[in-house]
Amino acid sequence: MIPELGHFALILALLTALVQGTLPMLGAAMREPRLMALARPAARAQFLLVALAFTCLAWSFVANDFSVQNVATNSNSELPLHYRVAATWGSHEGSLLLWTLMLGGWSFAVTLFSRNLPAPMLARVISVMGLVSAGFLLFLLFTSNPFERLVPAAAEGRDLNPLLQDPGMVFHPPLLYMGYVGFSVAFSFAIAALLGGRLDATWARWSRPWTTIAWSFLTVGIALGSGWAYYTLGWGGWWFWDPVENASFMPWLTGTALIHSLAVTEKRGAFKSWTVLLAIIAFSLSLLGTFLVRSGVLTSVHAFATDPARGVFILAFLAIVIGGSLALFAYRAGKVGLGGAFGPVSRESMLLANNVLLIVALASVLLGTLYPLFLDALNLGKISVGPPYFDTVFYPLMAPAAFLMGVGPLARWTRTPLPELAARLRWALGVAAATALVAPFLLGRWSLLVAFGLFLAFWIFATTAVNLRQRLLASPRRGVLAKLRANSPSYYGMILAHLGVGVFIIGVTLVKGYEVEKDVRLDVGESVALGGYDFKFVGVTPQPGPNYRALTGTVEVRKDGRLIETLAPEKRIYNASGQTMTIAAIDTGILGDRYVSLGEPVSADATNIDGPWGVRIYLKPFVDWIWMGAFLMALGGFIAVSDRRYRLALKTRAARGFGDAVGHAGAD
Amino acid sequence: MKPRTRRFAWIVAGLGILGIAAALVLSAFQSNLVFFFTPSQVAARETPQGRPFRVGGLVEAGSLAREPDSLTVRFRVTDTAKTIPVSYTGLLPDLFKEGKGVVAQGTLGPDGVFHASEVLAKHDENYMPPEAKAAVDQAHKGMTMKSLHQDTKAER
Repeated sequence: MIPELGHFALILALLTALVQGTLPMLGAAMREPRLMALARPAARAQFLLVALAFTCLAWSFVANDFSVQNVATNSNSELPLHYRVAATWGSHEGSLLLWTLMLGGWSFAVTLFSRNLPAPMLARVISVMGLVSAGFLLFLLFTSNPFERLVPAAAEGRDLNPLLQDPGMVFHPPLLYMGYVGFSVAFSFAIAALLGGRLDATWARWSRPWTTIAWSFLTVGIALGSGWAYYTLGWGGWWFWDPVENASFMPWLTGTALIHSLAVTEKRGAFKSWTVLLAIIAFSLSLLGTFLVRSGVLTSVHAFATDPARGVFILAFLAIVIGGSLALFAYRAGKVGLGGAFGPVSRESMLLANNVLLIVALASVLLGTLYPLFLDALNLGKISVGPPYFDTVFYPLMAPAAFLMGVGPLARWTRTPLPELAARLRWALGVAAATALVAPFLLGRWSLLVAFGLFLAFWIFATTAVNLRQRLLASPRRGVLAKLRANSPSYYGMILAHLGVGVFIIGVTLVKGYEVEKDVRLDVGESVALGGYDFKFVGVTPQPGPNYRALTGTVEVRKDGRLIETLAPEKRIYNASGQTMTIAAIDTGILGDRYVSLGEPVSADATNIDGPWGVRIYLKPFVDWIWMGAFLMALGGFIAVSDRRYRLALKTRAARGFGDAVGHAGAD
Repeated sequence: MKPRTRRFAWIVAGLGILGIAAALVLSAFQSNLVFFFTPSQVAARETPQGRPFRVGGLVEAGSLAREPDSLTVRFRVTDTAKTIPVSYTGLLPDLFKEGKGVVAQGTLGPDGVFHASEVLAKHDENYMPPEAKAAVDQAHKGMTMKSLHQDTKAER
């Protein structure tokens, strides 16, 4: 009964989404307030219906209703409760429902927080979101119904893929989707502005907080996914340039460019058409990412099924959304007009360079991700593009971007005399260069890579410090606290996010420069020395788990003969699927991780667990700085959004701007 | 300089930089492509010399052997028509099993042994790596004619 209720709610949601997607849009075109007024209630009703459907599915998982196909395939009565809840989005169908739920949630948020938007603008924004939602609901209902019944009901479920039975599964997909789907708001604002012929600084100010918050969620989502891969895949890597990772990274790169270009549009009125284009691209890449991951084009943990009907549907949907919005852009962009002029050395030019670098990086990731798929689709052979390609292309492109991050915030709008800029940067350059020369010696070994990475990181730190100092000196208030308070949250958000990039660079550089990896064969009682530590393999003992049997190894770590810790890597065999999982034991520290994972028994008799084992031992200096940096970036985004300016601006704008908004609508 | 000439100079400089970037990207792309071959193609010597490539198929049942006192393993990869011997030093992934799909990346030695630097089997149990599946399918297509008779007999 409950699954049918969910199914019915989805059908009603589709109908509501169609109303939401058409009537308010029509109302905006005809200047009919009654039709426009439908936007808000329709969006809210649609969200509640999708939420009801989602709850029904989650209930089926929690209640172990194995008469539902989706539950029978992706859950098991032995599965702990929190993983049964997370299994709701563990399948293709469930994750699409989560996608739709997020979209509904974002639309709901728009109805709440854009109370002061001019009615035609809001009607169009909500309509565009309704159309996207209708597309996804159609897809769910016709190709991927999560409530499909299984007749006769299964006695027991097939279990959730053991790789997904991890706390990461509870947080990573919802946060990632929050980011992906959040770009739909910026996209809808862009389309609404193109339709309404109204693209100005106010539009940028409306879009900015939505974009920043979506970007922050995406940043956290990607960082969690990366951390999850680090400790569960047992390889100790934090980024593999896997197509699935690239699918989430491409919207992130575009979103980063979009945040910066929106800043220029809001402050200077420049880059308008470019900003609109970026908003369209960012959401298109989110859709493309969903397509890549969900359609089974890439076979990996993330691709749950291979069904051509789904692929064709998503491809058609992509073509309509991307093609349609680009066509609209081509038709309307000419009317957008140009912004203020700026000199070759100015904050605008720096941000422009930053955008170009990010987009070139995006294009190279896109090439490496899609080219193998094209060749395969055309039957021209199977190839793969290795991580070395991405490394050789990506780092050289991002290095100048990191350098510009130091210069940009110090440059003035419109034009900055070069000598003045150089004078401000002298001190920072000295600090960065000195650190780059000296620090690698202190860390053990000087190498060009490490020196260069540290130079960039400390360049960002030092220039940020210079920037903050100047801000404080320029402030007329007395007392450090009062001076600090004079700056806006969005300024501190920017500072924090930039510092996050510096922290991230330190992590990447030092782990690449100084990591030690060793796969060894260890007999019981045997030791191996690595990076000043002694790792002694004591043996393996069987241990029961809730829905698996584990073999727990014991590895004693000594430094100078003194026992500092005992690590317990595990090998798990899951009861329902019989699948094996490696759980690494990681000692996490601010200066780096000690990482031990078990391979398999390597004596002649493969079932003898008391003999020698293959053991993987890694030392990962400063690896946690990578994720710390990402979280700082996201935190910066959240702080920036808390800026009162966005809310105040909306109010004053609404107070004096409603009349001219209606006037604008007449231009349709 | 007239504003127009200056703008032109900027555009030329911008395009030049983009062109150089594109050239660098494409050359890095070219040199990092890894091609995939089936055991049958390897047996027919279609593979490039001295350049890493990928080979995929099924791990032949009963072919896995360990060298004593090291982490080196030897196994054979088959597409059901031809097999190729593989040697690999390191830890095998969790989903590596005899009779299951596998993809290995490495180089072909003069002795005909494929020296793998990486063994991939990081997929769900129920799905084969797409390359491995393709290898087996292709071999089947080639064999259909001659084995059709035997297959029907076996089915009875």
